Amino acid sequence: MTGITAITMPKWGLTMTEGKILGWLKTQGDPVAASDELLEIETPKITNVMEAGETGTLRRIVAQPGATLPIGALMAVLAPPEVADAEIDAFVARFAVVEPGEDGTAESDAPAPSELETAGGQRIRYLGIGGDEGPPLVFIHGFGGDLNTWMFVQPTLAQRHRTVALDLPGHGGSDKTLPAGDVASLAAAVSGALEALRIDRAHLVGHSMGGAIALHLAAHHPGLAKSVTLIAPAGLGPEINAGFIAGFVQAQRRREAIEALHQLVYDPALVSRAMVEDVLRYKRLDGVTAALDAIVAAWFADGRQRVALSADLGALSMPAQIVWGREDRIIPVAHAEALAGKLPVHILDNTGHLPHMEKAAEVSRLIERFLGG
Amino acid sequence: MPQKSIRQALNEALAQEMRRDPTIVVIGEDVSGGAGTAGQRDAYGGVLGVTKGLIGEFGEARVIDTPITESAIMGAAAGAAVTGLRPVAELMFSDFFGVCFDQIFNQAAKFRYMFGGKARTPLVIRTMIGAGRSAAAQHSQSPYHVFTSVPGLKCVVPSNAYDAKGLLIQAIRDDDPVIFCEHKLMYDLRAEVPDEPYTIPFGEANVVRDGDDVTVVALARMVHYATTAAEELAKNGIEIDLIDPRTTSPLDEDTILDSVERTGRLVVVDEATPRCSIATDIAALVADKAFDALKAPIRRVTAPHTPVPFAPDLEKLYIPSPEKIAAAIREVHGYGR
Repeated sequence: MTGITAITMPKWGLTMTEGKILGWLKTQGDPVAASDELLEIETPKITNVMEAGETGTLRRIVAQPGATLPIGALMAVLAPPEVADAEIDAFVARFAVVEPGEDGTAESDAPAPSELETAGGQRIRYLGIGGDEGPPLVFIHGFGGDLNTWMFVQPTLAQRHRTVALDLPGHGGSDKTLPAGDVASLAAAVSGALEALRIDRAHLVGHSMGGAIALHLAAHHPGLAKSVTLIAPAGLGPEINAGFIAGFVQAQRRREAIEALHQLVYDPALVSRAMVEDVLRYKRLDGVTAALDAIVAAWFADGRQRVALSADLGALSMPAQIVWGREDRIIPVAHAEALAGKLPVHILDNTGHLPHMEKAAEVSRLIERFLGG
Repeated sequence: MPQKSIRQALNEALAQEMRRDPTIVVIGEDVSGGAGTAGQRDAYGGVLGVTKGLIGEFGEARVIDTPITESAIMGAAAGAAVTGLRPVAELMFSDFFGVCFDQIFNQAAKFRYMFGGKARTPLVIRTMIGAGRSAAAQHSQSPYHVFTSVPGLKCVVPSNAYDAKGLLIQAIRDDDPVIFCEHKLMYDLRAEVPDEPYTIPFGEANVVRDGDDVTVVALARMVHYATTAAEELAKNGIEIDLIDPRTTSPLDEDTILDSVERTGRLVVVDEATPRCSIATDIAALVADKAFDALKAPIRRVTAPHTPVPFAPDLEKLYIPSPEKIAAAIREVHGYGR
């Protein structure tokens, strides 16, 4: 039964156990390419589109819209047109039998975040997935985010690479007290964490403020960074959506949080009730407001970006690429457009400030291709 | 994230806040347990187990066992609050508010107003509500509507461990008197609760479920019954917007009104008796401010206007059940269709 591919319920994020099929974007019998959008899936945290991942014909849709399925459950079957229907039937039947047995092991194998302490005594939460071979991919989230922002791309890239996603100080499950909020201090926390993990060389992937931190690290510790992928990074121009920053910092109530989060994405439907609740739960923790205030003062005071790293980017000794959403309403895509020709710049259509969530499969591919090349 | 019971969440909130602020004291009947007896002190952690360990860490000056005199507990606590401490007083059963209501209703609630805003009364009164344990008519009531009706009091009615911790810390840091209602059947209910201290603002409802068909507002244990009803109804394609106000004073009117504007249908579930209740208050709010949005009569699912029965079978009938809640939602959903 060569060439038959099972399309199964993906695991997006640490807490996902099941997903609901909102609708199929292809119909049975359609030819599909690997990057074609197949279906829309809703989890308690997020709604997202799943791509085919493989080329073939959508031979069988097993799960209908409205169905809620556990992770790993069969949703559809891809296969070349020449595969007989009977073979597809057999595949589906066999899958249904095998699946429950795998359920328990899949659950216990689910990756869980760990904690480390840097030499400076800072407690950092991180999520490591994937093998031990080669320099790992290290993911650095943006302002107000946490390692869950990589929930779509990290598992994909972990299939071939060791990956580590960190929570910056003041964020996620890391210490909420910051020694200082400036780029050098946050970069020192990241390098401290990598030291504790005995990682001396890594592919850095940073988003927004985390992009600027990755860039700062690469410029100041060229031995540490094997490559740099910057997703809508801060630090490449003075403009920033000051209203968003202020709104996010001040938001204590659901309505305010929704208003702020909608600015992050092109399609507001991506912002689920649980995503809003997660942000509020983070923001309610003692120390978070003070940490965010300290970062804002160092990075975004007076509604302008104070961290300027364009010169660092020009002087990098390792490969770097830039990914940006054309409809980014937080940091303008013009910052990327100004760099075209100097390094690989990928601008994604119908995408806001979170390309790695909004266009996860495409961003994963861009990173994979970049590392391969 | 660690799972904790409501009892653990409350205990953690008290301990963390007492570590942070030395002016916080706990006062009530048997809050350490066993004082003055030959038995082990604090063996159970007070009658509810919520204050366990506090006497060992903070000592008798901050964990104060009192005689069985609610008026003295509340009088001492209100006086301490207005003179610089932040007391967390325990009224074991909310049913006993009658013997100490002057201290709460006419003293603590009025200080800020009577002294022209120059007095603060950072007082928390933790108290137990709820039927379901055959504790009979004098130990099973849910009189949060009485506290809600008093200007100058804030009233908190949490439904889960996450909310319980964040709301208790918020209550302790608040400069006004707060009545904090704990349902006696929910202390062992578990949820993910961060180890760190955090606060949940008052007057911010929790949207427990999203749905476009019927708005359901429920408090405390009724949130869980309404969730059971919602899961059943979802099988028939009826999706409810389930709102847990978390605090009845202040009340998050906007979240309720926004939801009814969308659904046009409202069911309010309340374990308390129906006259002059939270259910009635919310029904009036929606009739007043969202009348044009309504597509069906508002339904209230409440206890009957009777004392809480002792007999287990009657008590079961007395408490709104998931079946009664589902029936009311079905009726409101089907109205006019």
